[in-house]
Amino acid sequence: MGLTLKVWRQKNTKAQGGFETYQVKDISSEMSFLEMFDVLNERLINEGKEPIAFDHDCREGICGMCSMHINGRAHGPWAGTTTCQLHMRAFKDGDTITVEPWRAEAFPVLKDLTVDRGAFDRIIESGGFISVNTGNAVDANAIPIPKDKADAAFAAAACIGCGACVAACKNSSAMLFVSAKVSQLAQLPQGEPERATRALNMVAQMDKEGFGSCTNTGACEAECPKEISLTNIARLNREFIRAGFTYEK
Amino acid sequence: MLDAKIPAGQLNSKWEDYKGHCKLVNPANKRSLEIIIVGTGLAGASAAASLGELGYKVKAFCFQDSARRAHSIAAQGGINAAKNYQNDGDSVFRLFYDTVKGGDYRSRESNVHRLAEVSANIIDQCVAQGVPFAREYGGLLSNRSFGGTQVQRTFYAAGQTGQQLLLGAYSALERQVALGNVTLYTRHEMLDIVKIDGKARGIIARDLTTGKLERHFGHAVLLCSGGYGNVFYLSTNAMGSNVTAAWKATKKGAYFGNPCFTQTHPTCIPVSGDHQSKLTLMSESLRNDGRIWVPKKQNDTRKPSDIPEDERDYYLERRYPAFGNLVPRDVASRAAKERCGAGYGVGTSKQAVYLDFAANMERYGKIEAGKRGLHNPTPDQIRQLGKEVVVEKYGNLLDMLAKITGEDPYEVPLRIYPAVHYTMGGLWVDYELMTTVPGLYALGEANFSDHGANRLGASALMQGLADGYFVIPYTIGNYLADEIRTKAIPTDHPAFVEAEKQAQETLDRLMNIKGSKSVDHFHKRLGKIMWEKCGMARNEQGLKEAIEEIKALRAEFWKDVRIPGEANEINPELEKAGRVADFLELGELMCLDALNRRESCGGHFREESQTEEGEALRDDANFAYVAAWEYKGDSTYELHKEALVFEECKPTQRSYK
Repeated sequence: MGLTLKVWRQKNTKAQGGFETYQVKDISSEMSFLEMFDVLNERLINEGKEPIAFDHDCREGICGMCSMHINGRAHGPWAGTTTCQLHMRAFKDGDTITVEPWRAEAFPVLKDLTVDRGAFDRIIESGGFISVNTGNAVDANAIPIPKDKADAAFAAAACIGCGACVAACKNSSAMLFVSAKVSQLAQLPQGEPERATRALNMVAQMDKEGFGSCTNTGACEAECPKEISLTNIARLNREFIRAGFTYEK
Repeated sequence: MLDAKIPAGQLNSKWEDYKGHCKLVNPANKRSLEIIIVGTGLAGASAAASLGELGYKVKAFCFQDSARRAHSIAAQGGINAAKNYQNDGDSVFRLFYDTVKGGDYRSRESNVHRLAEVSANIIDQCVAQGVPFAREYGGLLSNRSFGGTQVQRTFYAAGQTGQQLLLGAYSALERQVALGNVTLYTRHEMLDIVKIDGKARGIIARDLTTGKLERHFGHAVLLCSGGYGNVFYLSTNAMGSNVTAAWKATKKGAYFGNPCFTQTHPTCIPVSGDHQSKLTLMSESLRNDGRIWVPKKQNDTRKPSDIPEDERDYYLERRYPAFGNLVPRDVASRAAKERCGAGYGVGTSKQAVYLDFAANMERYGKIEAGKRGLHNPTPDQIRQLGKEVVVEKYGNLLDMLAKITGEDPYEVPLRIYPAVHYTMGGLWVDYELMTTVPGLYALGEANFSDHGANRLGASALMQGLADGYFVIPYTIGNYLADEIRTKAIPTDHPAFVEAEKQAQETLDRLMNIKGSKSVDHFHKRLGKIMWEKCGMARNEQGLKEAIEEIKALRAEFWKDVRIPGEANEINPELEKAGRVADFLELGELMCLDALNRRESCGGHFREESQTEEGEALRDDANFAYVAAWEYKGDSTYELHKEALVFEECKPTQRSYK
């Protein structure tokens, strides 16, 4: 198939960016979206032009590195799918596809479609862990965890930290990301001792990084490639309020 | 002969004895000792977290935008541990024995035994961190089986075990960052090791955002930079996975062990066309419930559903009745290649075999129907109930498959074919995980030590975390205890200046070639040579040809590669060029090693050395050693040998029949 691509090009964080238009042809429906970009970049190199910079690594939907806003949707048209797993079957001959980087104040553009998501790491640093040093663990079966709790914790833990929730949100809120980690750990007995401080500290860091507020629109859930549920945000709100009432410091 | 510094004594007491007698560093001294860690996968993140907790000053580097993205994240199936929670006869000895046997008697017994000993601690540690492993209804941990074993010792989190383990290690690492014990350098790539007075004392790293070169001092340097499967261009590795850190270390005097030992994984999605950028693995755990078959007739073009049961050849069950579909990876891969080579392959390319869930879906469906008291379930009800069980076990994997192939995996059998997945070879290390350069360590897939010539499933995660959480915290103290008088060396030391100058010259040279072909063009050609002549089957003539072809390709690369853009900005082409330049050297060494090893063992299959039935034929009299290669200048390597002594596992012809 042949396609028209409108791609955001930006030299660096400080430079003014803008759309460039490219025509690509002979795209097979079996290609992944990023392989289509590989084809375009190979051509740009052969023409002596600079290829488009974009983040990607595992190309199997789990590392969370790829991050393209495609036709106004984070990771493109398929539900529950990262950009690297989106395949060209999703498009048809003659389509025009607009590709942008994640748009959020807390995710500055570094170059073209590459953004800086360091804010997510700093949120995890503020409390997204259980404080257990190596060598301090009891036998793994010493603390049974009901299967439904373990499954719910796993479902929240499936977050890949890609930032699609932020990109999809009209307020650039990071609530789905933060709630996924808080939910995972709040539902496990191991997470209990730091339950209150975790919720308070992670929300405080999220605000500090410049993410917006949550208005329960649900765009994050709709666009999340791992289908992290909005109920995690409800749980985060409960955890946060609970912590506010019970935390004594 | 190389000395691996294996402690004396009984095999099962070596590690206890070592821990009881190794040197310690007191807490006040730890605060002034600096450790550099390259890579933040399971080995790197767990080492950084553990060493930070101990009080060392740690600097951790990764080329991705976050430590959480390292390719350990993509491991699917599980992690082994000798917990014997299933009461099915497992023990430390069994895990040790299975691993040595699975590695076709080319790994070091003492290291593997230590790995089996600490395996149970890993599960405890991960559960304490909040890793949500799969559980039974009673709340206890669930296990499944994996290839090459007859017990259920694999712990898992759906098909995302690597992700959950890495996020556990990553959060432990980020906690140390918050506490100020670890400094993290993301989007940084190591370009050289700095050696002073023969010891590793730091690295040169490139900030991939600004392009600036940086000098970093450390009393010791840990390479946790993963494997080199991307030398084949197409592999299941991440796009960025590379050998550069390990290769720069090789050029600075670290020996490279068993470079030809690579693993092709039997259950991957077949190549669909020339545009292919990487291959996707389907967890080996699928072989628990999927039966592998090809038609009994050659060039059979019927749809799989039109081929009746008695015209299907379940060739693994036929050839290996004891292990069936659960034979080790090397055996399963070669068997698939053999069937396809003989004309029984399926799909448009004929380079694929079927993996079929139908039989087990029906079995599960009947069990579920029984549980729910349905006495006369219709075939549709059975199918639906069976499908629900399969969805719960493998849903995320099969969804991924559906996106890639556009087929419904619950309706038609999967088509699979082997793909390069893991490299057992790597930097040679002694019992303490130290390379031949004092103060330079290699952990996880970056070293060669535990998997011999073939890695069993669910053992890579185990090894990465064993090295990082439970081995290096002891062994590094044994070295650093003698370094407490070494003050931090200022980075204007001539050795740092010289190393940076050389790294800069290499970058300038690459940028100034201004040739006509892209980096990928060369990488694809290298991959083709490697896959055809140093892939699943190797022979003397092919390897000799490959060495000449790689030399010619390397010369062409350095004359004709084109790298657009500038060096002082984000430049993915420049990053790739540096990595491919190193692959072009490593590839030659892999062929040299494969040529030298005139036996078949594990994943290394020399066509000249096979049994009458076509199985790999080892030559223990001549090749029971680790081949450790010393770099001596352009295309020149000296072979050093570490003799492998088997006290507990007497090498026999591996049989899975």
